[in-house]
Amino acid sequence: MTDVTLSPGKAVAAVKRPTGASIGPRWSNALFVAPYLVFYVVLLVYPLFKGIWMSMLQSDMFDNTSKYAGMANYHRLFNDKIFIGTVWNTVWFVVMTVPVFVAIGLLLALALNSSDRTAAVLRAIFFGTSVLSVTIVTIIWKMMYMPGNGAIASIFKLLGLEPVAFVTSSSLALVAIAICTIWWIIGLPMMLFLAALQQIPGELYEAAALDNASRWRSFWSITLPSIRRTMLVVVIYEIVAQFQLFGQAQLLTQGGPNNASRPIVLFIYEQGFRSWNLGYAAAASEILFLIMAVAALAQFFVSRKRVEE
Amino acid sequence: MSSIELDSVSKRFGSVEVISELSLTVHSGEFVAFLGPSGCGKSTLLRMIAGLETVDGGEIRIGGERVDNLPPGARGVAMVFQHYALYPHMTVFDNLAFGLKNIGTPTEEIGRRIEEAARILEISHLLKRKPGQLSGGQRQRVAIGRALVKDPKAYLFDEPLSNLDAALRVRTRVELARLHQQTRATTIFVTHDQVEAMTLASRIVVMNARKVEQVGTPMEIYGRPATEFVARFVGSPAMNFLTINLKDRGGFASAVLGDGSVIETDVPINILPSGELRVGLRAEAIRVREDGAIPGKVEVVERLGDRTHAHIRLADGSTLVAEDKGISQVQPGDSVRLAVEGATAHLFDADGLAYHARQ
Repeated sequence: MTDVTLSPGKAVAAVKRPTGASIGPRWSNALFVAPYLVFYVVLLVYPLFKGIWMSMLQSDMFDNTSKYAGMANYHRLFNDKIFIGTVWNTVWFVVMTVPVFVAIGLLLALALNSSDRTAAVLRAIFFGTSVLSVTIVTIIWKMMYMPGNGAIASIFKLLGLEPVAFVTSSSLALVAIAICTIWWIIGLPMMLFLAALQQIPGELYEAAALDNASRWRSFWSITLPSIRRTMLVVVIYEIVAQFQLFGQAQLLTQGGPNNASRPIVLFIYEQGFRSWNLGYAAAASEILFLIMAVAALAQFFVSRKRVEE
Repeated sequence: MSSIELDSVSKRFGSVEVISELSLTVHSGEFVAFLGPSGCGKSTLLRMIAGLETVDGGEIRIGGERVDNLPPGARGVAMVFQHYALYPHMTVFDNLAFGLKNIGTPTEEIGRRIEEAARILEISHLLKRKPGQLSGGQRQRVAIGRALVKDPKAYLFDEPLSNLDAALRVRTRVELARLHQQTRATTIFVTHDQVEAMTLASRIVVMNARKVEQVGTPMEIYGRPATEFVARFVGSPAMNFLTINLKDRGGFASAVLGDGSVIETDVPINILPSGELRVGLRAEAIRVREDGAIPGKVEVVERLGDRTHAHIRLADGSTLVAEDKGISQVQPGDSVRLAVEGATAHLFDADGLAYHARQ
């Protein structure tokens, strides 16, 4: 950038853009974006504000009446030990899973980033689990975790160890859900990292080899900086996705034992569609929305700063 | 500086042998160009010397030391890549320092060497920038700088000028020549551009279809091409080839063209094989002249400013390219006569082997 200094006293005429007959907005062009805009407003903007509004209502689903309650729902939420528990459970779940998604996703991508047949088959296998529905996944993992004759218990017995009751232990239930979740959808981060790795020109590694760089040094100085943006995408995507933990917890532990594995979305579901406290559920949804937005934005700003450096 | 010796090296990709029993010595301080069309194996050979491709047979020695079993970094060579291969996330300084840091060079020494290289290449003002902020020519200089700071036993260039625009290519070519005169470094330069090879190299290795066609100085390659391939590949426009009948002229071969006209060559007739022969004539050996012996009809005229190339069809239907002065009167459709300088004519047999006049 060059600095332009103007000597005082000299009038500088504002640069005028050339004006022509068709300068100015042509509102008919809005038709091009209208289809998208309609869906955006109807399916995103309206529900967002509707949700905020609902969270300030005391609704009664039986006679279909509701009255304005201000912040009462929020006030009640912050004093609800079960809700606070679900927030911590969810945060803990995110903290457990997101770094593992990044680490294992990247490791798998590095290991399978070759064009031979074995790598292609393994890529398909690791990605294959992502297409399973949550019902199938939890059935598989129920069989894995079964304390009597589950797969893990059998291995423990074979090694002469006492079988561990993962799903029914309040300290391990959430860990069990985390393991099941990582197994289920590790394919996506792996694929994203693979795509990023394949964008790195091979010549860079050849230059590094001639520069006496060790494998570790090449990874640190070439691979990692080249995939930083993808890493940011994976982290933000996984934060947003894992905060919405629901199906696995619902099917594997029903939030138990003693709420130890109850995530926020399960709480919202139960309040809204089991107890019909719609306003209360809506307030919990807004808080989840805020937590996710803050977490994702923080990650975005921290990483962007680092990318720019 | 060190010599590079290739001792019957071979390379296979699967069942395809891409280099077969190739032997070559690049002397210390020499600038050698590997010249050939795409896919002739010249880049593979360079990458074998650098250690980026394995060697399936034979030995490579640099400065007398066997290196074909060493990793690239341990061979003491520096390479400039076609697409520069600068580390995009590092500044120019860090790009230059990377290799030195990896071998534990003291910081002051790194600074001193980079300062020196940057001065020679005139990139001192770019050291804090990243490769993305540089123009093509600047990146090229940084890539050369990265090789320079390592003070290597030999420099390997893999088509380094092919990504530059025409004007910059010519300028960089001159700078490379100047740099080599300063450093007297052993250099191998891979190119498919015969002008780069001719202007830069002290010796050219012409390769085709994975084997060496000829090794020689630029003027040997140009003046006494060993094969038809070399004769066609080097020189612009390409050499003219005409099928001939042979006539003895006191021990020397006279070439009788299809239209009956005769070119008196200086090629001794006793070295020639029996069978079909062709005469090879460079455009500058065929002049458009009123007193010329060979009649022809001009089809296309290419005016290059300093000279003019006329594409001419002879009476028997064969075509050739003749040269005329810059300000030429010839027009397409003209009937002209051609004078041929027989002393510079070459003869080629059916296998493409060349036969020249005695030196």
